[in-house]
Amino acid sequence: MKNEEHFIEQVKVIYRSLLWFCIVCFGLGFLILLIHFNPDLIKEEPTITAIEEEVSSDITETIRDSIHADTGLIKADGLTEVINNCTNCHSAKIIIQNRMTRENWLMSIRWMQETQNLWDLGENENIILDYLATHYAPKEKGRRENLIVEEWYVLEKGQ
Amino acid sequence: MNRRDFMSKTTLGALTVAVGAPVVYGHLMPNGYKPLALQDPDPFSLFKKDKEMKVLNDRPWNIEARAHLLNDKITPNHSMFIRNNGLLPENIDIKQWTLTIDGESVTEQKTYTLDELKTRFKHHTYQLTLECAGNGRKEFNPPAKGNQWGLGAVHCCEWTGIRLRDVLDEVGINDAAVYIGYHAADIHLSRDPGKEPISRGVPMAKAYQEETLLAFQMNGEDIPMAHGYPLRLIAGGWPASASGKWINRISVRNQVHDGTKMTGKAYRVPCKPVAPGSEVKDEDMCIIESMPVKSLITYPRSGAILKSGQQLNINGHAWAGELEVSKMEYSIDFGATWKACDLEKPVNRLAWQHFSASVSFPEVGYYEVWARATDSKGRSQPMLLPGWNPKGYLNNACHRIAVKVS
Repeated sequence: MKNEEHFIEQVKVIYRSLLWFCIVCFGLGFLILLIHFNPDLIKEEPTITAIEEEVSSDITETIRDSIHADTGLIKADGLTEVINNCTNCHSAKIIIQNRMTRENWLMSIRWMQETQNLWDLGENENIILDYLATHYAPKEKGRRENLIVEEWYVLEKGQ
Repeated sequence: MNRRDFMSKTTLGALTVAVGAPVVYGHLMPNGYKPLALQDPDPFSLFKKDKEMKVLNDRPWNIEARAHLLNDKITPNHSMFIRNNGLLPENIDIKQWTLTIDGESVTEQKTYTLDELKTRFKHHTYQLTLECAGNGRKEFNPPAKGNQWGLGAVHCCEWTGIRLRDVLDEVGINDAAVYIGYHAADIHLSRDPGKEPISRGVPMAKAYQEETLLAFQMNGEDIPMAHGYPLRLIAGGWPASASGKWINRISVRNQVHDGTKMTGKAYRVPCKPVAPGSEVKDEDMCIIESMPVKSLITYPRSGAILKSGQQLNINGHAWAGELEVSKMEYSIDFGATWKACDLEKPVNRLAWQHFSASVSFPEVGYYEVWARATDSKGRSQPMLLPGWNPKGYLNNACHRIAVKVS
């Protein structure tokens, strides 16, 4: 009887150990998968993080009518990455004025990296290029456009 | 004057303008306290610019005029475009300001204080046209990279200073001299002290022209901060970027100056014409020297509605880089026929010239008044965009204003 009880007790211990082992394995597996798909989680955070968070919360608050109020940039995927990486040295106004193909936006980024101290954009580079090439793409305008009159006004005689 | 002093000295006045009322107890505001109204600096009051000026960029500052703001014969500060490549210098103390002449081709490096420059050399005053090489860039197709200037990046002010050649002669330069390059006190956008925002220059022949000045006054007053206080190189008729602001050093080089924005594609166009959108190698790009012939109708503003039979008096300015404008015409039928404008001689070489005409319209309808200048070598402004170039320089296509007769 005693032996039988002892045997059952031992089986329970093994069962519990196996159960814990499985839980730990499952948990570790989950973590490995998570890191595999989000490598940012274990990367050393740059010092800019604090600003990033501050800017990010700002972005959600000040977007009106698809334009980000503080910068004038179009609200779309990639806006945060553009603000965080592209407006530290120069104004967003120089982005908004320009129209380029993806290839030429990339050339501008390379030029800034070679001569203007722009850092390596890492995985954000593609996000930024997608954003710029989609929302600030060139438009065919021919050899000379029609005049746009801002305001028609009556010019009195003798003025 | 450092930038903070400049800010605080202009703060009360600027605040009065910005807030629309005098700032009561303004004199009691603690030092270093940045008034709420100025935390987002208003360029119009900061630089005393007309409210109708167009801000293209705020870091660095790039602000342009509209055609009708340029109607004065001598451009006042409030209508002058600003093209900065870097941040404004931060600590300007004119008592400490010096200009050093150095480089491979000087006999001996020499440094002058501002007072020495002003007292040792003869003063000269000229009206000089300065136009940004990228003026009109926004019209190029495919679009060119950079600030998208419309037509307001030009001015003709009265500059007073000393001739660069007088200073170079006193310092002494040797026969190997090819180019001068300026260095200035502005700050690179990245704030990297090892980088210069811009350091351009001109060949010796241009440096030795009578009208090439080291200027300390503009329109009879100290040069405004945004335009190069306290010392600016002025090389009229050439891309305005050759007229360095806030300069503290001039290098006399035995080669073409290779400072920032002298190399690569900056301020260069293809040496041989290329098809729109072409890729051009750096070695096939040539430095822009004299600007091309161009004109602006500065009165009336585009969009005038006239009564049938009403005459329209137009006026404006024309300029041609190193050359003179010899003929000025207008068309109201999209270039099919042209009539002559009255054209004045320039006040001095490299100053813009004034034109006027009285225009009649045959019947009611929509019209465009087109203006076309021709230089002393017989070259006229094109009606369509001139040769495409990668950086969108030298657009001298004719200016057009819209008119309705009802």
